Amino acid sequence: MLELSILLPAILNGLTTGAIYALIALGLTLIYGVLHIINFAHGSLLMLALYGVFFLHNLFGIDPYLALPVAAIALFGIGYGLQRFVIGHASHGKDENILLVTLGLSVVIENLALYLWRSDTRTIETPYSFEVLDFGVAFIPVPKVVAFVGALLVAGLLWLLMTRTDLGRAIRALARERQGAKLVGINVEHIFAMSFGIGCACLGIAACLLLPSFYVSPQVGHAFVLVAFTVVVLGGMGSFVGALLGGLIIGVTESLGGLFLGESLGQLGIFLIFIIVLLFRPTGLLGQRT
Amino acid sequence: MRILIAILVFFLALLPLPLLIHSDFWITWLTLALFYAYLGQAWNLLGGYGGQFSFGHALFFGTGAYCTAVLQIQFGVNAWGGFVLAAVAAGIVGAGTGWLVFRYGLRGSYFALVTLAFAEVFRILANTFSFTGAGVGLLVPLQPGIAQMQFETKAGFFWLLLLLVVGCLLFTWWMQNARFGARLMAVRENEDAARALGVDPFSTKLLAITASGAIAGSAGAVYVQLFLYIDPNIAYGPAMSVEALLVPIIGGLGTIFGPVLGAFALHAIAEIGQLVFGEAPGLNLVLYGLLLVVMVLFLPNGLFGLGRVGFGSGALRRLFKRSAHA
Repeated sequence: MLELSILLPAILNGLTTGAIYALIALGLTLIYGVLHIINFAHGSLLMLALYGVFFLHNLFGIDPYLALPVAAIALFGIGYGLQRFVIGHASHGKDENILLVTLGLSVVIENLALYLWRSDTRTIETPYSFEVLDFGVAFIPVPKVVAFVGALLVAGLLWLLMTRTDLGRAIRALARERQGAKLVGINVEHIFAMSFGIGCACLGIAACLLLPSFYVSPQVGHAFVLVAFTVVVLGGMGSFVGALLGGLIIGVTESLGGLFLGESLGQLGIFLIFIIVLLFRPTGLLGQRT
Repeated sequence: MRILIAILVFFLALLPLPLLIHSDFWITWLTLALFYAYLGQAWNLLGGYGGQFSFGHALFFGTGAYCTAVLQIQFGVNAWGGFVLAAVAAGIVGAGTGWLVFRYGLRGSYFALVTLAFAEVFRILANTFSFTGAGVGLLVPLQPGIAQMQFETKAGFFWLLLLLVVGCLLFTWWMQNARFGARLMAVRENEDAARALGVDPFSTKLLAITASGAIAGSAGAVYVQLFLYIDPNIAYGPAMSVEALLVPIIGGLGTIFGPVLGAFALHAIAEIGQLVFGEAPGLNLVLYGLLLVVMVLFLPNGLFGLGRVGFGSGALRRLFKRSAHA
């Protein structure tokens, strides 16, 4: 029998990782919900953001949490440009073409990183890296607690942006009805690129929250991209609440899977969930039936 | 008929090359180009003719590679027997995944992602179990000789792969003119319309993924004899999946010679890249990724589309976009 004293910390740890997964998946689900495209380069863009935060810290001594606005804005710019000038022109009427282009982009970004920075795994040291908070049942590292709270805050802000601002209304209008949105004067190309940019900005923020308790290497995006897809599919493509819920579920699944089956087999659970949900309930937990 | 002559010319032109070229480097280069052409042909069958874009063809390649390596090392099965069994095993894996995926109606991007997830599941499993050598991989013993499918000269592999590629060209040619090919292309163009005409999309796609998987699996078996080593990342990692789809996309999706053209073009470009930028990890793949983006953006019909339509206007190209497959 497993003691509660082992189980509870595993669950808490899983929740903190899950919040980061949720944040990454929020960006993905926003892009999917509006543009109906699957951004395969999502993981590599996260990797790029992680390197950015890493170098800001190592070269200029900027704390990852202070780098947050810089990272968010930089990633927003990259995302906006990519959609407006590359991905937006790729479809030729077929969704698969967009998937191919984003796959190509991810291959480029990943291997450019491999070339420039080698495959070394890098970490940063901050004064708070090894501090822990006592939750009674478990000690959780401070950076993980910050990441958890931060991810939930960003999710809340994103929700406000989508429901309370003109930009959010335009994005939702476009997601609902492309032709109609165009008719009422919404600049489709611009809003598409804005959505893609906001989705990528989530990655910049996730990178800042992640780096103090994680590492960066050129392959790190690969680990996240399928997890993010799983979260999105589990929660329901395009559903915000679903992405949050899915992220937390996947985080806990991974943590418990690692506990029971060991590190390498624990990952298996994620892919199995991915396959099973797609096969048997492609609308996810909270997605709308079409 | 013209296509048959073209296949014959291709075969006869390449056949004497090992006797004329005495540089090991170029024979190896040609052998690898043929290998990727063969892998690309497998992908083209399902992706090019069937319109089902797999992101995880490494699933079949790796299964074939491990099948022959494990059979040879643990059970002493002859490499040629392993080659056949590898194709069978990968075909079964293809049929199994195809049955699941098509049964539940996954199309387009979802199909691509699920194949990738299957490849990842197999990668994790191969990394875990000891009979696949786990993370260390498997070393196949060197036993030179035709009986063991390991040739004493580089030319042997070249001829083997040439035969396989030509066999695949003939198979593709046959398929394109057969009822099965017509059904497959109908499903690619419009699945619902095809169903309305009495085509069963499920069994058509299932047959295509099985054949495609079997060919990719046999490519894996050849790979193992060629390099005498396999590990989970080579077998099931994304690099092989990307290469398998890149080759036909560059050459021309759903064309008989597309994968061959794509493989030679891709490896020529990679070679030039290496001359210009020097040996560096990753740079090759950067080039591949850029090519993929550029091809999809500007030449969605591949190099063959370029040849058929010329450098005509965009409108002309759109007009020919579909008929270019015929």
